[in-house]
Amino acid sequence: MESAYIYDAVRTPRGKGKQDGSLHRVKPVRLLAGLLTALASRNRLDPADVDDVVAGCASATGEQGAAIGKAAALLAGWPDTVPGMQLDRFCASGLEAVNIAAAKVMSGMESLVVAGGVESMSRVPMGAAGGAIPLDPELMNLAFYVAQGVSADLIATLGGYTREKVDEFALHSQQKAAAALAEGWFRNSVVPVRDRLGELVLAVDEICKPDTTMEILARLKPSFAKMGALGMDQVAIAKYPQVQSIIHVHTAGNSSGVVDGASAVLIGSRAAGERFCLRPRARIVTTAVVGSEPTIMLTGPAPAVRKLLAKAGMSLSDIDLFEVNEAFASVVLRFMDELGVPEEQVNVCGGAIALGHPIAATGGMLVATLLDELERRQLRRGIVTLCAGAGMGIAALIERV
Amino acid sequence: MRDANYEINEAGIAIVSIDMAGKLNIMNDAYVAMLDEALTRLEAERENFVGVIVTSAKDGFVAGGDVNKILALRDTGGNAAQAFIGHLKAQLRRLETLGRPVAAALNGTALGGGLELALACHYRVAIDGPKVRFGFPEVGLGILPASGGVVRAVRLLGLLKALPLLTQGKQIAAREALALGLIDAVAADRAEMMANAQAWLLANPKAAQPWDRKGFAIPGGDMFNLANASALSVMPAMIFKQTRGLLPAAERILATAAESTLVGFEAALAIEGENFCELLASPAAESLMRTMFLQMNEISAGASRPAGAEKKRFRKVGVLGAGMMGRGIAHACASAGIEVVLKDVSLEAAEGAKALAAKIFDARVQRGGMTAAARDEALALIRPAARLAELAGCDLVIEAVFEDVALKQRMFAEVAAVLPADAILATNTSTLPISLLAKGASTPKNFIGLHFFSPVEKMHVVEIICGAETGQTCLAQAYDFVQQIKKTPIVVNDHRGFFTSRVFSMYPDEGDRLLREGVDPAVIENLGRQTGMPVGPLAVQDEVMMDMMLRAYQANQKLDAELGGDYAATFQVCGETQAMMCGLDRPGRAAGRGFYDYKADGEKTLWPGLAGLFGGNTGMPARDIKDRLMFRMVVEALRCLDEGVVETLRDGNVGSILAFGFPVHTGGVFRFVQSYGAAAFMTRAGELARTYGARFEPPAGPIRRLGAGH
Repeated sequence: MESAYIYDAVRTPRGKGKQDGSLHRVKPVRLLAGLLTALASRNRLDPADVDDVVAGCASATGEQGAAIGKAAALLAGWPDTVPGMQLDRFCASGLEAVNIAAAKVMSGMESLVVAGGVESMSRVPMGAAGGAIPLDPELMNLAFYVAQGVSADLIATLGGYTREKVDEFALHSQQKAAAALAEGWFRNSVVPVRDRLGELVLAVDEICKPDTTMEILARLKPSFAKMGALGMDQVAIAKYPQVQSIIHVHTAGNSSGVVDGASAVLIGSRAAGERFCLRPRARIVTTAVVGSEPTIMLTGPAPAVRKLLAKAGMSLSDIDLFEVNEAFASVVLRFMDELGVPEEQVNVCGGAIALGHPIAATGGMLVATLLDELERRQLRRGIVTLCAGAGMGIAALIERV
Repeated sequence: MRDANYEINEAGIAIVSIDMAGKLNIMNDAYVAMLDEALTRLEAERENFVGVIVTSAKDGFVAGGDVNKILALRDTGGNAAQAFIGHLKAQLRRLETLGRPVAAALNGTALGGGLELALACHYRVAIDGPKVRFGFPEVGLGILPASGGVVRAVRLLGLLKALPLLTQGKQIAAREALALGLIDAVAADRAEMMANAQAWLLANPKAAQPWDRKGFAIPGGDMFNLANASALSVMPAMIFKQTRGLLPAAERILATAAESTLVGFEAALAIEGENFCELLASPAAESLMRTMFLQMNEISAGASRPAGAEKKRFRKVGVLGAGMMGRGIAHACASAGIEVVLKDVSLEAAEGAKALAAKIFDARVQRGGMTAAARDEALALIRPAARLAELAGCDLVIEAVFEDVALKQRMFAEVAAVLPADAILATNTSTLPISLLAKGASTPKNFIGLHFFSPVEKMHVVEIICGAETGQTCLAQAYDFVQQIKKTPIVVNDHRGFFTSRVFSMYPDEGDRLLREGVDPAVIENLGRQTGMPVGPLAVQDEVMMDMMLRAYQANQKLDAELGGDYAATFQVCGETQAMMCGLDRPGRAAGRGFYDYKADGEKTLWPGLAGLFGGNTGMPARDIKDRLMFRMVVEALRCLDEGVVETLRDGNVGSILAFGFPVHTGGVFRFVQSYGAAAFMTRAGELARTYGARFEPPAGPIRRLGAGH
């Protein structure tokens, strides 16, 4: 089997996902196209050599519909011969794109693939594409579906994570992100977004709140208590009868931020790298995807990582850094508890609570962040993992070369 | 025309007035034939009229489907249901595409299929009468409106307005229906209604349904439209909160209604039909229809009342003992217009009780269920008293004093002196044998048990208990009394625990056994509620108060010693556990602590001390826990049937549901066995018996009877 190498990984800064966010005036296909252009110029790449553009996009409707990967290639002026696609595995889409690209290369089917994702939550809100799982009552009943925030609160209840504990985790995320931004740790992978006239629109992630305190976080109201009271708590308890009542601890302050953004990772075979004079930065050792219990929904990362390590023939002690998507604070707390991973190794630059989670773009962004950080710290191996809707988990293991 | 009157008036309006045999217009085979005939005639004579009014010659419009017919369709199986509703749908389609405007003149209540008929008309005007109601009761029978009701309601009103009507089975008055958009106009009386309908027809010669017009869009858009989506995203959970996932109809109606917004009219009808047939085949539908409709109707019609005895109307009732039960009974009598003498040891006590009964009335007035004038009239019927002599002239006296044999017997002897010879003497005891108490009565054939449940104003069932010497006339009159105060009578024979207490006691007993075996109390409680019981077995003990239950347990032990028998032993674990809890000064909710700790705001959490006493780490399959709770009650009910405590399945089924909340989707304790399948039930009971104890062994005789299906 071939090896799949990461030659480069870029991302846009994350703009606030509301109408007053900096990236709100930039259409999503352009966010992705800009990254394709950047990849080509940074790596002196002839786009004609790219075999496929695999783009994750979760709310694939309206201006994000119709195979946005191909649309971005067209907009970037890439040759007609470069195909593109869109895929959806909810929050795991970006990493799924990377994993599919790795599979294409490792199988020998393709040589050079761009993989990533795009999500403009300010222009195409979450849920805009509808869907069977979140809205068809038949499926909701079958799966004992609850809103993901209620799932996160269920995780907190089962794990004994108090409001204070999840707020503390959120505070750390903000602090780490603020430090990373101040130190410029993201500079290598972040490509500033410019408008048609070349004017700068956004250069850095904009929603981080360095001045966050525990008091500020404590004042926020729980976001999912009402939904829980309407009936979702009862649905969750029906699956988890050992729970007397669900403690609602998640707020806007300890859940992932709503943002706009895109990511793109250049993945190829050894031969392609040599042929196109690309320097490999890391190898994608292996990938894994799992399904998990849909009511609690967000517990996929631990089983995904276990599956990953088993496939790689490695153990946790072989891994230096983890990027565990901060969908909600309790998700990461549970991951760390379940696997026994110390907090010092997890999300060292902060995470989605501070920086934002542009749904389908996030997986690619975390690959870029992890790679930069492994290089900066001269460490060897890292794992990216995310939970996803309907009960799924995804992971990828990268190793610097 | 058979079952309807057909005429064309001078204004050129064809009037079809449905008038079937019997008191109500019901959608049975005769109705279907009538509608076929009417439609054929309307189609043939279209050139002779400019519009159609569909109305009814009865007090009501059309009362909905014939439950017997629906059950027969279920039993026939195959394509029968699809064919039948296909025919109904085709009929309504013929009506709404007749090519002439059609108005529904709703002179009275239109429910279910009757409302569907109205929705297939282009215009609806209703008499705004006090008893006129509109609604879709199908969800309560475990099915859905299948002649286009879901589809048309959604297309007329939009999802958000149609869904509560379809999923909750509420019946609304004309004004509310008008505000909702379900009907177009109201009228004061028949004449005004007909004139209104006629005027509309003449002014709208080219009427067509909105969904048959070009450019039609469902109000509010389809299910994915943002406004609908946010409501829809919580609706399954809201339904689950009510039904615990045990009643599929409401969920299925939601799914059908949502899907109907994505497809064309014919496809929507097909989807509605498919979902109806699937619901019809569900065990819950059969249980609901047989128990909550047919068996309830049998009880209302007096199936357990001795035939031949003349119907008795009570004018003056005496209540001995003005405690919680006594004042509740007084409230029930006064509500029904019966004069009631409420006697206690002191006038002060009796007047205090009347004041508390007044509070029950006040709450009804506040809710809008009663006018202040009606309340005052009813309150005036309650006469507080302290002297036995004031009970003179009562046709019925109900005793509701402390559970003390000697006290009760003495009271019966004393009151007999002031009562007419044929007066009925009833006791509200929940523990003491009727035949034992009857020894205090001068005329045992007129002595009977009337077991009310607490709180009386909310509990609609009364358990009538016949002592060994209770006469048939007494039973018949007791039955009449319960119906007169608008409650549901079930008839049982005098055995220890009667029927309801005996069967229900098994629930907390089994819950306590699970607790003592070390099962996590949170799991016991949640799984108890998941079976469909209103509260978990531990919470129920807290609510009834364990000190009271302990006293009853000890009273039963004493009776066992005195009379022979072993009744108290059947809930011994419960009694012992309650003794333990009361010994720890944790008697229940009213004290702020029992199995749970109770906060001032009503919130409760399980007492952490339970772990120290009983553990809580014993693993047990969830299925076993749920089955133990259910089967324990059902097997005891089967023993009651075997011993002749209860003689009919209907009394057991209805009694169990109404008296202690046995899950309604099962159809009651006996229907539970039939739904499960008698053979499968025996197998499972055997498994439970082998693993957990002989108390799960059912008696063989009743199983045979239940297997035979009567």
